[in-house]
Amino acid sequence: MNKKRGSQLIQQLIFVGPTALFFVVIVAVPFFLGLYYSFTSWNGISKHTEWTGLRNYVHIFTKDPSFLNSFWFTAKFTVLGLVLTNLLGFALAYILTRKLFTRNAMRTVFFIPHVIGGLLLGFIWQFIFVRGFASIGQATGWSFFNLSWLGTESTAFWSIVIVFVWQNAGYLMVIYISALNNVPKGLLEAAKVDGAGRWQVLKNVTIPLVMPAVTVCLFLSISWSFKLFDLNLSLTKGGPFKATESVALNIYNEAYTLSRYGMGSAKAIIFFVIVAIISMIQVWATKRKEVQV
Amino acid sequence: MNTTATTTRAASAAAPSPATPKKERRYSASLLITEAVIVLLGLIFLVPFYFLLVNSVKEYGDILSNSSGWPLAFHWNNYVEAWKATDFPMAFLNSLWITVVSNVLLALICAMAAYKMVRRATWFNRILYLGFVAAMVIPFQSIMIPLVQVLSGLDIMNSRTGLIIAYLGFGAPMTVFLFHGFVKSVPIDIEEAGRVDGSTPYGIFFRLVLPLMQPIIATVIILNTLWIWNDYLMPYLILQDPGLRTIPIATYTFFGQYTKQWDLALPALVLGITPVVIFFLAMQKYIIEGVSAGSVKG
Repeated sequence: MNKKRGSQLIQQLIFVGPTALFFVVIVAVPFFLGLYYSFTSWNGISKHTEWTGLRNYVHIFTKDPSFLNSFWFTAKFTVLGLVLTNLLGFALAYILTRKLFTRNAMRTVFFIPHVIGGLLLGFIWQFIFVRGFASIGQATGWSFFNLSWLGTESTAFWSIVIVFVWQNAGYLMVIYISALNNVPKGLLEAAKVDGAGRWQVLKNVTIPLVMPAVTVCLFLSISWSFKLFDLNLSLTKGGPFKATESVALNIYNEAYTLSRYGMGSAKAIIFFVIVAIISMIQVWATKRKEVQV
Repeated sequence: MNTTATTTRAASAAAPSPATPKKERRYSASLLITEAVIVLLGLIFLVPFYFLLVNSVKEYGDILSNSSGWPLAFHWNNYVEAWKATDFPMAFLNSLWITVVSNVLLALICAMAAYKMVRRATWFNRILYLGFVAAMVIPFQSIMIPLVQVLSGLDIMNSRTGLIIAYLGFGAPMTVFLFHGFVKSVPIDIEEAGRVDGSTPYGIFFRLVLPLMQPIIATVIILNTLWIWNDYLMPYLILQDPGLRTIPIATYTFFGQYTKQWDLALPALVLGITPVVIFFLAMQKYIIEGVSAGSVKG
């Protein structure tokens, strides 16, 4: 009996032990350490850290316009990024589940941007916005391309949106394609026999049946856009004048540019709380709309 | 036997004749227009790559005066310079080593953990699983500051080992979650048969369960590869030694030095994206399947 319990314990250690250990060391301990630092004035170097209570948090909400600005930017960006990537991703999927000759080639084309990391994409697009757009503008005379795309606050915002949609719509497309392929053909036929037009079938049959995929795609696009960092860093560096600084970049700058680790930790905790709340609300809200067949 | 074969053959021979005109009708004008629109959109999607490739072989002056046109002359030397300046082979091998080792270990230890957590749902394992699920929403920025402290306390900062361990820890929640969902759907009968045949618990896992988990392992490896290969911030914080640079860090450092030196920067970017694009084109089928499978579980 005792031998059996011993063997169970060893199994538990061998099977679960390594993952649990790495998780605790890399995620759990730093998370709680960060919570502690957020109540201190730690500067990252000194051994002596002063407990400051809620002072960092009060400061962030009352005297730190940069954080509130970055939060506002991130919120606007998330709404647009979410709507546009999902609309385009769904439209592409809807078209590319029809019997087209170029179906597979086009699926590849739309997915490719996603396999390139955000950092390199930002640099590539920096060239497109600075040189490429200008030369298209010269050739066509369209003023749209002659704007200073990374130079003004509103165009820089749209620049990031454009690149983000270009990068991620293809990924959502793949998820929507697999969902559309799982919609029972019989139901679609039945709806057509009943006299429903293409729009009615889409609205009343297809979309309700792909709601699980919508849940997943909304979750992904919200978390990608809310955690925007690499693309932001390499495309605009948060400029001009911090107009496009995401929350993630703001936290990074607070800690590593200004060396205010305590303040950075407090921002990181606020960031975590917001991400957690949004994720929960979103999953709860779309789960309710899912239907079972 | 013979009659059924003939009837099937007759049926299949008869089928195409009414189907042929129907098929022609099926490729209608509306489908042709759709095809044209999607191809046009696809070409627009590829325009950035055109700019990137065409300008990567131009001389600096040619880039400025003629960004959208065909190169006046092909300066392949740009690539030689970028190759040397970024120390490309080294960055490539660093990225490859870190991605491969992290992936193999992450898949292995998480598969083992998730399997045990499903099959022995003790209170400890259930709480641990809840911890993993909850941790999936933690953004990296929320742990990065103390993580560097912890790693230097363990004396594994500025090393590939340290970075790989960081990936094992930070990648664990999502990976365990995906495996956990899959193991729950694996019937337990085969394991009981293995037990009756006298296999040890380890034999049951490695010989019976692990092979069954192959589809979800492929999915996990694909998702983690896309993440780890392209990740910038974690390696940037952990690896300071220039000899340890991965491709994203090498590219970022290079840009800092050669801002607006497009004749060197663009070939460096082409080199940087080539491995992952080739990998994608070669493994396309599996990657697309993996992404959709991962989304169903996630």
